[in-house]
Amino acid sequence: MHISEGILSGPVLLSGAALAVVGTGIGLKQMDYDRVAQAGVLSASFFVASLIHVPIGPSSIHLILNGVVGLLLGWGAFPAILVALVLQAILFQYGGITTLGVNTVLMALPAVLCYYLFIPMIRSDKKGVFLTGAFFVGSGAILLSGIIVALSLVFTGESFLEAAALVVAAHVPIMVIEGVITMFCVGFIKKVQPGLLLGAAR
Amino acid sequence: MIAAETFASGESPMHRLDPRIKIISATVFAFTTALASSFPAMFAALGASLILIAVSGLGLRPVLIRLALVNGFILFFWLVLPLTVAGHPYMQIGPLTLTREGILLSAQITIKSNAILISMIALLATSSISTLGHALNRLKVPDKLVLLLLLTFRYIFVLEQEYQRLRRAIRIRGFTPGTNLHSYRTYAYVIGMLFVRAAARADRVHQAMLCRGFRGKFYSLRTFSLGTSDWLWAAAVGIMIISVGALEWSSYL
Repeated sequence: MHISEGILSGPVLLSGAALAVVGTGIGLKQMDYDRVAQAGVLSASFFVASLIHVPIGPSSIHLILNGVVGLLLGWGAFPAILVALVLQAILFQYGGITTLGVNTVLMALPAVLCYYLFIPMIRSDKKGVFLTGAFFVGSGAILLSGIIVALSLVFTGESFLEAAALVVAAHVPIMVIEGVITMFCVGFIKKVQPGLLLGAAR
Repeated sequence: MIAAETFASGESPMHRLDPRIKIISATVFAFTTALASSFPAMFAALGASLILIAVSGLGLRPVLIRLALVNGFILFFWLVLPLTVAGHPYMQIGPLTLTREGILLSAQITIKSNAILISMIALLATSSISTLGHALNRLKVPDKLVLLLLLTFRYIFVLEQEYQRLRRAIRIRGFTPGTNLHSYRTYAYVIGMLFVRAAARADRVHQAMLCRGFRGKFYSLRTFSLGTSDWLWAAAVGIMIISVGALEWSSYL
């Protein structure tokens, strides 16, 4: 999910960049050199996962999975997502340079927020509790991302109000799918290699 | 397969230009263009980006294909803004009114977006990621971030193959994707497996790096030096950026 170049106003671009610098700084500080290889390979797997298209009715959408990024990397989500966006911008020209900050924030901030909100549920041993938590991580991260996109558009100009509302509405089906996929995915990781989830960013 | 670094090989002046100058000029150009709001400034930016892409000597077809793909998102604004932005009615199609302001706003977004995209292809996509990574390091981007960038790029292709292998495995077992819970569960397990394998691989990578004496930095044997032609190109791009800025400023007078 990105906002393209040439749409947002200067103040919005700059506040996005400032927030992204702060978040990335915290993320890098918490990531010691022993974890860089882990973060790099995981960030590569998110890059690949975001190329996966999942069918929805006659069409298909690609996954974002920023909720899972948050669960695996915590604050490390900021540098991991920033790096993935830089690669997308250089390799495919998706996103761009000026929007790098805003785009990083709109995916990484929800990831970190959902991590803190739902990690107690994810750590639970009760299947019902951690699966519900995982669903909320997946769908909540997308909802928050959609809201940040809408806010960036509205702060850019009043004329984007309806377009922003449309963007949030368009995120509702994605929320459900990301929630379901995150739920199964976290359930699977908890069964196969629980250390991957709980050890992250602690 | 991920088509990567499509534009990175070549012998044009853009390919030979020092990557540090490319990164700085692409960034300043992008911000100047993104903040422009007058049509003369925007067209100047578009013109400048076309000059840069012409100099880069990339084939017209691959560049156009790339632009078409990226312009898909812009289409959304053309479908929405002319209908929703308040202003003077310009055209009436059945019950729908297209406003002049909405059309102008969509046009602005299209021109600026494409100017930045074209300049990014000309300036950034003409370098390999590893060159850009090391250049970023010279530009004082933190070691750890550059390391993360290089490692991520290195493993994208490995993990893409891993994903394709998992996909072949589910296909061979008769999986046909559809809009149902079973499909979503299958995709989720494939992604989960991808993460599990990625984590195991990361451990091995980390051990291999330690074996080779890793101490927190990738070293580059390449030395960057700025020659006359690098300074000339830096000046040329600088003049383009100043002209865009001057046209934008003059629209306020």
